[in-house]
Amino acid sequence: MQQLGFFAILFSAVFTNNILLTNYLGMCSFLGCSREVKTSLGLGTAVFFVTAATSVLNWLVYVYILVPLDLVYLRFIVFIVVIAAFVQLVEMIIERVSETLYLALGIFLPLITVNCAILGASLFMVIRNYTFWQAAGYGLGAGLGWALAILAMAGIRQRLVQRSRVPRGLEGPGIALIIAGTMALAFMGFNGMVSLN
Amino acid sequence: MTELLIAVGVLCAINTGLAVLLMIAEATINRTGTWRITVNGTKELTVTGGRSLLAVLKEQQIFIPSACGGRGSCGLCKVAVLEGAGPLLPTELPWLTPEEQKTQVRLACQIKVRRDLSIRIPEELFSVKQYRTQVAGLSDLTHDIKRVTLTLLDPPAITFKAGQYIQLEVPPYALTDEPVYRAYSVSSDPCETGRIELEIRYVPNGICTTYVHRHLKVGDAVTINGPYGTFGLQPTDREIICIAGGSGMAPIQSILLEMARTGNPRPCRYFFGARARRDLFQTELMRQLEKSLPNFRYIPALSAPDPEDNWEGETGRITEVVDRQVQDASQAEAYLCGSPLMIDACIQVLRAKGMPDGNIFYDKFA
Repeated sequence: MQQLGFFAILFSAVFTNNILLTNYLGMCSFLGCSREVKTSLGLGTAVFFVTAATSVLNWLVYVYILVPLDLVYLRFIVFIVVIAAFVQLVEMIIERVSETLYLALGIFLPLITVNCAILGASLFMVIRNYTFWQAAGYGLGAGLGWALAILAMAGIRQRLVQRSRVPRGLEGPGIALIIAGTMALAFMGFNGMVSLN
Repeated sequence: MTELLIAVGVLCAINTGLAVLLMIAEATINRTGTWRITVNGTKELTVTGGRSLLAVLKEQQIFIPSACGGRGSCGLCKVAVLEGAGPLLPTELPWLTPEEQKTQVRLACQIKVRRDLSIRIPEELFSVKQYRTQVAGLSDLTHDIKRVTLTLLDPPAITFKAGQYIQLEVPPYALTDEPVYRAYSVSSDPCETGRIELEIRYVPNGICTTYVHRHLKVGDAVTINGPYGTFGLQPTDREIICIAGGSGMAPIQSILLEMARTGNPRPCRYFFGARARRDLFQTELMRQLEKSLPNFRYIPALSAPDPEDNWEGETGRITEVVDRQVQDASQAEAYLCGSPLMIDACIQVLRAKGMPDGNIFYDKFA
């Protein structure tokens, strides 16, 4: 497992072990914000950015603070605090730097604090004993994978509304879950190419 | 034991570190800047940005009514923002009707000033000022309602209409870490401009009512701002039906005092609801008003009189009493003041008696 390099992990986190479609993490915003490509692109970008940055930050906190002090059991609460603080910081920076980006991402950023895909990525990288670069690759990949999955989902749903008649009982979350399942099956085709465990 | 201490210490250290980092970031990154706010197309204010519109306007001595103090939980600080507010926020949506959303009404406490704004507010808000006052008297009206008399120091006089309310500032104390504002109707006659009276009912654990009932002393300094509100007597000749309960007495009392002073001849009936005799107050004042106003009748009603009350007046819920006493309300006007439940129930009764909705005026004490 040490032999997996940065890019291999990045690739596998996006495709073979997509955090959304194989671990089913971050489902509620995945279903809630995937009606339009535009909003899902905003949310996807925000999740990507936060996942990539917080998994690196959390790796540092874990390896240099929690492990030496024998406080590994505190990882859940510490990771969440780091993520929450980082999200606030990002919100402030984006507000300062780009008004348009802030208005596009602004309402999604506070939601991200409680997106389990982000906490999940931090926990996976700890459970799998990644090195720093592996953790960085995994964070990037997991975020990218999540963004990719929600974008694909939004694309499909948007077309679905325009082009086809969904049976009444399946409108909304019903059809969304069926699509998610089908997508997960498609991603299963990549299974076994690279193992992260 | 040491392990526990280390764990707690590390957790605290991480949290404090992040908090400090965020505070530094907020101080350095936050876009403050200087922005111009155009009010009603005429007045221009130059302000420092980065904070809520409500706070910025308050600093400029424009007081927008707000009962929650800017937490987005009362929905009172509605202001029309014509330019520069950005899209509607999810925190505002529950408070705005579709019509208000169309007319660009927003919650001033949720909008951050981060560019030039153009806003529209009712002209009467310009007469809202902040007043420094001193407690001149505190007395128990009932077991849970206190009368608070405030002498105005700076500015030394206030102009308000009978039925309006002011906001009382509660300084930080045991129950609150920051100043909070709560709205109370003025119960005294508007002709007394240097002194106002409030009637405040104790609510268990209420931040302001606990402060007034348990901490406030004669001689204390109190900051208020106002006046606010559109509740008040309409200039018509119609018969008046007033209905109030508990501290809903206050605005009605102010209206009646003014009627007595100006010798208003309109027929008027005032139904006041309470549980038992110990919840009645200002009865003597009302009896005096009956003497000076020939067409005024005060009708207190008890919903659950104690056996020792020897009550011979009206009994039952206030809606039942109004139902019994009022035959035809189609030509009358109603002024209601009290809890939202009571008001809604009374509106039902008055409608059934033929009163048009446009003749019903109320002040809900939420």
